[in-house]
Formats: sequence, structure tokens, C-alpha cells
Amino acid sequence: MSTPDRRPGELTARELLRWTWRQVTSMRTALLLLLLLALAAIPGSVIPQQGVDSLAVTRWKAEHTKLTPVYERLDLFSVYSSVWFSAIYLLLVLSLVGCIVPRLFVYFRGMRAQPPAAPRNLARMPVHATYETDLSPDDVLALARTTLGRRHRLRSSGDDTVDHVAAERGYLREAGNLLFHLSVLVVLAGFAMGGLWGYQGGVIIVEGTTFSNNLTQYDDFKPGGLFRAEQMKNFRFSVDEFNVDWLMEGPRKGQARKFEADLTYRVGDGEEQQYDLRVNHPLELDGTDVFLIGHGYAPVITVRDATGEIVYTGPTPFLPQDASFLSFGVVKVPTAQPQQIALEGLFYPTFIMSDGNPTTLVGDDLNPTLSMLAWTGDLGLDSGTSQSVYVLDKSGATPIEDEDGKQQRVDLQLGDTVELGDGLGTVTFERVDPWIRVQISQTPGKGIALLGVVAALIGLCASLFIRPRRVWVRATALPAPGAGGPDDDSDDQATDGTMNGGGARTRVEVAVLDRSGNGDMDEVLADLLARLGSDPADTTSGK
Amino acid sequence: MAVSNTAWENLSNQAVAAAGVVYFLALLVHLAEWAAMRQPAADRSLVAAGGLEKRDGAGTAGDDVTDTTAGRGERIAFLTRLGFLLTALACAIHFVSLLGRGMAADPNRVPWGNMYEFTLSGTFVVALLYLVLYKKFALAWMGPIVVAFVLTVLMVAVIWLHDEVAPLAESLNSPWLVIHVVSAVIATGAFTLGGIASIMFLVKSRRLRLDAERGEDAAAAGWLDRVPSLDRLDKLAYRVHAFAFPVWTFAVLITGPIWAHEAWSRYWNWDPKEVWAFITWVVYAGYLHARATAGWKGRKAAMLALVGLGTLWFNFIGINYFSSTSQHAYAVERVVDVAEAPPLTG
Ligand code: HEM
Repeated sequence: MSTPDRRPGELTARELLRWTWRQVTSMRTALLLLLLLALAAIPGSVIPQQGVDSLAVTRWKAEHTKLTPVYERLDLFSVYSSVWFSAIYLLLVLSLVGCIVPRLFVYFRGMRAQPPAAPRNLARMPVHATYETDLSPDDVLALARTTLGRRHRLRSSGDDTVDHVAAERGYLREAGNLLFHLSVLVVLAGFAMGGLWGYQGGVIIVEGTTFSNNLTQYDDFKPGGLFRAEQMKNFRFSVDEFNVDWLMEGPRKGQARKFEADLTYRVGDGEEQQYDLRVNHPLELDGTDVFLIGHGYAPVITVRDATGEIVYTGPTPFLPQDASFLSFGVVKVPTAQPQQIALEGLFYPTFIMSDGNPTTLVGDDLNPTLSMLAWTGDLGLDSGTSQSVYVLDKSGATPIEDEDGKQQRVDLQLGDTVELGDGLGTVTFERVDPWIRVQISQTPGKGIALLGVVAALIGLCASLFIRPRRVWVRATALPAPGAGGPDDDSDDQATDGTMNGGGARTRVEVAVLDRSGNGDMDEVLADLLARLGSDPADTTSGK
Repeated sequence: MAVSNTAWENLSNQAVAAAGVVYFLALLVHLAEWAAMRQPAADRSLVAAGGLEKRDGAGTAGDDVTDTTAGRGERIAFLTRLGFLLTALACAIHFVSLLGRGMAADPNRVPWGNMYEFTLSGTFVVALLYLVLYKKFALAWMGPIVVAFVLTVLMVAVIWLHDEVAPLAESLNSPWLVIHVVSAVIATGAFTLGGIASIMFLVKSRRLRLDAERGEDAAAAGWLDRVPSLDRLDKLAYRVHAFAFPVWTFAVLITGPIWAHEAWSRYWNWDPKEVWAFITWVVYAGYLHARATAGWKGRKAAMLALVGLGTLWFNFIGINYFSSTSQHAYAVERVVDVAEAPPLTG
């Protein structure tokens, strides 16, 4: 709708007003929503979050029984998926769309617009300068055109009566700004895809065993809201060997380094392949990522019951309690005769007695030792409700007693066998197998999110570093010295070059308008004047 | 190996101490410079005439000191230059200390394994950026503040955060660490510099307001004269923030998630460290919006910038004490993800 011959500044005044109004109101809204978003993100960093550390949530709830229902009602254990947090960012998205879409149209309409003609009085511009030169007005304007032409868009002069050059640069700043804001939407879309269609599952796999990718094999599984079981890819892998380097000296003594699991894997009916799974080196299988995120020990324990039958044998994963790899585990033997048997206790990778307290020296399994308490009776396994393998239901169980009438503690070193009290059977500690914990996940949309942030960064840089500005250079012939009287109206005089006789002078006015509000226009002006060949001694600048 | 790891570590410790001493000398010189600028009462009336214009006009670099006597002007200029050179020297020694940390580790690595090293790097970047931008932005007035800040934080690092050189935790052992941390450190340094400009904006605008209320004009003698005009301060703060913000975006929203994805399988986990990095990002986005919003320019924008700076430093220092669930290894030295287990019994 732009008529090419309209006078800039007049016809757009109403548009501008409306546009400014809209900009001011919505920018302020955006600003407040941004600050609100920052504020709303805080609780989730102080209160444990279900999605980050569910164990901490459980612990917190146990310690704060009064606050828990209140917090639960407010979704404070899952802030980032709560209604109120979502409301803020959805409002922000709405505001963003409402702000950016009109700007997009404005931008496209203005894309091929000419730089506006020079205002009548350049000396009114905030940054301007005036000087005189011997060049003819035409030469000055030609010089200005070549000087500015390379990095500016120039207003086409149309006819010969135009006495100035109008130039503008920095159109890409707004493009960058638009790209940035649109990319924010792309990032959000990618992020949302991951949340809706993705999943994460964790599983402990003992060295020498095989995992096949179906739901029943996972220890824990967190699907997104729109996850479907068909998304599970068909693959399997076995952990052939797991190696750790333990630091035996230095300030990080006892810390593990270079964990490495040798995997043999197969996707669908494909060929078997090998992979060294390490931290920071996930394995991608058909769009599903497999990460090594932890490791620990699975003592191989054999239990014989009163009849001498082997009723339990195999690696039993124990869970590390801290960085020393002191680990906790449970053995449940529901098939033992005449009564069920259970053991619960600790595994010490390198057992030592320190000041009378049992402890582990390092995480390496140099002196593997088990110390567990023995139970018998009903383990609650037949009730039908599912039980964690790491939790012993003691409500129907009674301690097995030793000769002194105290609860029997089964202390075992590698190869040891201990008889249970009351002739209930024996327990043997055969060997220790390492286990690894892997996280298996699909994160659809992660590429989109990455693309989005990269585009956002590019747009951001354009928006922040491109400094749009307008430049005008007007050249007016001054009456030759001696020819005619003083002419006060030289500002409005048409310039046609004919007045340049010998000794005639030309007055040049230059003005620069900063459109970002952040540039250093004095510098720009000085640079331009130098390139136009003005004599600094003969130049008056104004602000 | 020509130089042993212990020798490198000792070198690093000595270099930190030496850098501290030289920063201290630079601070003394700058304080002397400030003292020299406080005019004796007799001079004041002379200067008062031109003082107001200087204060809100172009007053910037060391060469337009409000002084009437040429001799004092020269002395001040000399002190300015000496302070700058001492800061440069201290910064070079500071770099040696970082180099020493990296070379002392086996295998050699970037010196960003723990909070001590991160602080050492962050303060180094503050000093370095100050030196690099000194000319371009006429930062002479900022010298005493920057040096005092670097010196203080360095002392805190040595006293409370010092840690022996150690190999990196496994999850930190990634090229993404280098890119992620180097950009985070650079952004932190730049935000800090920008924050200093914003603080000075607030201080100076308050001072000018008070002066105007009291009807005095040239009362602000000494170093506030030296501080650039409000307009220039505002632009300076903006430019430094505008540099830091994309770098922070790159660190927190690109390289951070890529690295997190490789190490922990989730590119964004709302881990407290991530949450606060995000908060910082959003607040600074708010700052940039504020500058483009009528009514929020100037003081409100400057305050937002300081809120941003607060969240930035809180994330670095505070969150480590507040939260134990952060997976970021310089927060909690965690060997690997410890599997979830019920609390100990028996
Ligand atoms: C997701 C939330 C948003 C973020 C993270 C964000 C971030 C940013 C950033 C970093 C800038 C600085 C770039 C520059 O100075 O050009 C900016 C500028 C801008 N933003 Fe946003 N923004 C968001 C939402 C919005 C919304 C909702 C609006 C509309 C109401 C908006 C309108 C603008 C405008 C008009 C500018 C340009 C200001 C100028 O001309 O200097 N933004 N935004």
C-alpha cells in the first residue's frame, strides 16, 4: 500500500503512532512476562523435582509431612510441567507471536523501500556537520555516492533537481531480530516434541548378560505423554566386559576414571557389532541413544535351603550409597524350604576396620566383603502387589537368630560360606561381577531444538551487532565570491552545477541518524567526513 | 618430563600470590590517582565553572582530567598509565597461574576442574577484557574498580576455594567442556564488566540527582568527574552486555545441552545449575528488552542488569551450597550417577 511518491514522515505518521503504541504496550508485557518467567523458575531449583531427583523428593516428603500436601497441590515437585509455569510461557509465546507477526509484515513491506529523502534542514539532526569545499556540488554528490554506496542502500536520485544523497544501512538488524524471536518458537517446539514423544528408561545390566529393548526389561521407565509402545526399536546388546581405572594416589584417590563397557549389539536382524560404551560417548541405535551413566557391583551369592538344594544363585546388583561404592542390596529367596529366606545389608568393595568401624577404603574391589542381616518368614511376595527388588518387606518376616539369640549377621568374604541359624541353610559368596547402569532414551525433536538455538544465536548476533543508520549528504553551490550579494536562501537553492565558475565554493552538509540508539554516531560522522575529504579545520559539527 | 607436576602446581600457587601483589600495587597506584584528583578547596572554585560540562559532557579518558595545573595533570596521567601497566603485568602473571594449573594435571588439561580454577579463570577474563577494551571504550576510569574486584575475588578464591590439582571427573572429560566452560567464563567476565558500568551509572545518576536537588553543580569532585557521562555509561554497559549475551547463549543453550546430552543423556534436565543459567539468560533478555522499552531505559534497565549479575554469581557460588542435586561436577564431586537406593537400614 505504499505509494512511491509519498513524503516519508507524513503519510506514515498515523501508522507510526499506532505501531508505536502497540510496540510499547506489548514490549512492556513481554518484559514483565520475561521477569515473571525468571521468578517462576526459582522454586524448582530449591525444592527437589520429581523429574530430576525423585529420591530427593521422597526424602523431602518424609521430612515435611505438613507442607507436602500444599506443595503437591501447587505442583511444586514438578514446577516445569506445572500449569502455572506453562501458563507463563504460553502467554509469552502468545505475546511473542502477536508482536513478531505484525513486525514480519512491516519488514517485508519495507524491504525494498527507498531510504527517505533528506529532511529540509540537516542542521536540526542530532549529529551533523557542515563544511565548504572547492569541488562542484555534482562532484561532491558523486563522491558521496561512491563512498556510501558500498555499504549503504542509496535513494535513487530520480531527477536532477535533487541536491542530496540519502543512504541507509543495517536492514538486517530487524531481520535478525525477527529470526531470533521466531527461532525461540522453533526451540520450544523441539523441546516440546522431546517431552511428548520421547522416553527415558534406566536399567542395570550385569557384566556378561544381555539386554533386549522391550518395556519389561527396564528398571525404570519415563515415557512422554504421547509415547506409544511401537516406538520401541528392536535391538539387543550384551555387556561383554566392563573396566574401570581406579586412581590410587593424588587428591582424587579412590575416584574411578575411564569406565568402559565393551558391548556386542545387534539392531533388528542385522549383524552383530562391537562398541566401547563410555561416558560422553553414547551409542546410537536406530534413533535410540544408549548412555553409560553409572556402575556398581553385583556379588554372586548362592543360597542353599535346609534341604541342601540350591534355591538362589547369581549376581545380585547392590546399589552404591556414595562415591566410596559402599553398596546396599537385598537377597530374597521365596522358594527356600521350609521357610522363605531373605538377606539385607552392605557390600564393601575394599573392606577395612577403621577405628572399630567397618568401612571401605576405596571403590575398587580389592577386598570384597558382604555384611548382611538374615530374615525368614513371609516376605510378602505372594500378595500380588509389586515390590522393589531393593526393598525388603519385613512386616511378615522374623530375624534369624544366632547362638547368642541375636539377629544373625552374615559376614562373608570372597569364597566364604556361612550356615544360617536354626539349620535353615547356607549362604556362599562366590565372586563379584560388575554391573553398569545405562540410560536408554529417545529424544525426538532434539535436532530441531538445536537448529532453533543456532538460528536464534545467528539472529541475535545480527540484531545486536548490526547498527542501522541513515546518512544524508547535501551539497549546495555558494555564490562565487564577488558575484551577487549575500544570499540567505542558499539552503533552498537548486543545485545544477552551473554556478561553479572559477573559485566557486560548495557548502556540504552531512547528517547521520542512529536508528538503534546504541551506535557512536560522532565516530561515524568523523569517519565519513574524512572519507569525503573535508578539511577538519574548516568543518563545524553540531550535536 | 622436564618440569614435574608438583613444580607446575607450586608455580601456579606462587603466580597467584605474585599476581595478587601486583594487582595490589596497581590498586594503590589507582588510589593515589584518585587522591590526586580530589582538588584542594582552593582550586575548586576555579574548576567549578567548567566542571558541570565536563561531568556530563565528554569527560572520558585520562587526558581530560579536570585540573587547572599542568603539573598535576601530568602526575595524574602518569599514575593512570602506571596503574594500567601494573594491571597488565598482574594479568600476565595471572595467566601463568592458569597455565600452571593446566600443566600440573596429568594428563594436561584446561584449568577448569573445580570452583577454585573456575574463579581463577573468571577473574582473569575480567582483567583481560578490561585491558583489551581499555582503549576502545576509554575505560581508564574503571581501573580502580576492576582491580579492586579482581583482587578481592582472587583472595576469596585462595582462602576458601583452593583445591589441589586433580584429574577431571569422567563426565567433564569432553571437548565440549572446553568450549562450554571457556564461553561461560568469557560471558561471566564480560557480564561483570558490564555490571560495573551499570553500577556506576546508578551511582552517578543518583549523585547528579542529589546535586540537582541541592542546587549544587560541581560538588562531585574527584573520581566521579572521571566517570563518563550517563549517556556514555549506558551505551558502554549496553555494548558490553550485548557482547556477553550471545556468548552466554552459546555457552548455556548450545554447548551446555550438547555436552549434557553426551554425558547424562538429557540435553536439558532442569538441574539447579541449568535453572539458574536459564534465569540469568531470561533476566538479561529482559535487560535488552528494557533498553528498547520506553520508561525502562536508563535506571530500571541498569537495575535489571544488576539483577542479572546477581543471578549469575549466585549460580556460580550460591547454588553449590543450596542444592545437592546438581550434576555439575564442580558443584558436587560426584564420581558417577549413584543409582537410586532406599536409605540405609540395619
Ligand atoms: C521468549 C521470550 C523472548 C525472549 C527470550 C526475547 C529476547 C530478546 C532479546 C535477547 C532481544 C535483544 C535483541 C535486540 O536488542 O534487538 C530482544 C529484542 C526484542 N524483542 Fe524480544 N524476546 C522475547 C519475547 C518477546 C516478545 C513477546 C516480544 C513482543 C512483545 C518481543 C519483542 C522484541 C522487540 C520488538 C525487540 C527489539 C528491540 C529493539 O528494537 O531493540 N520479544 N528480545
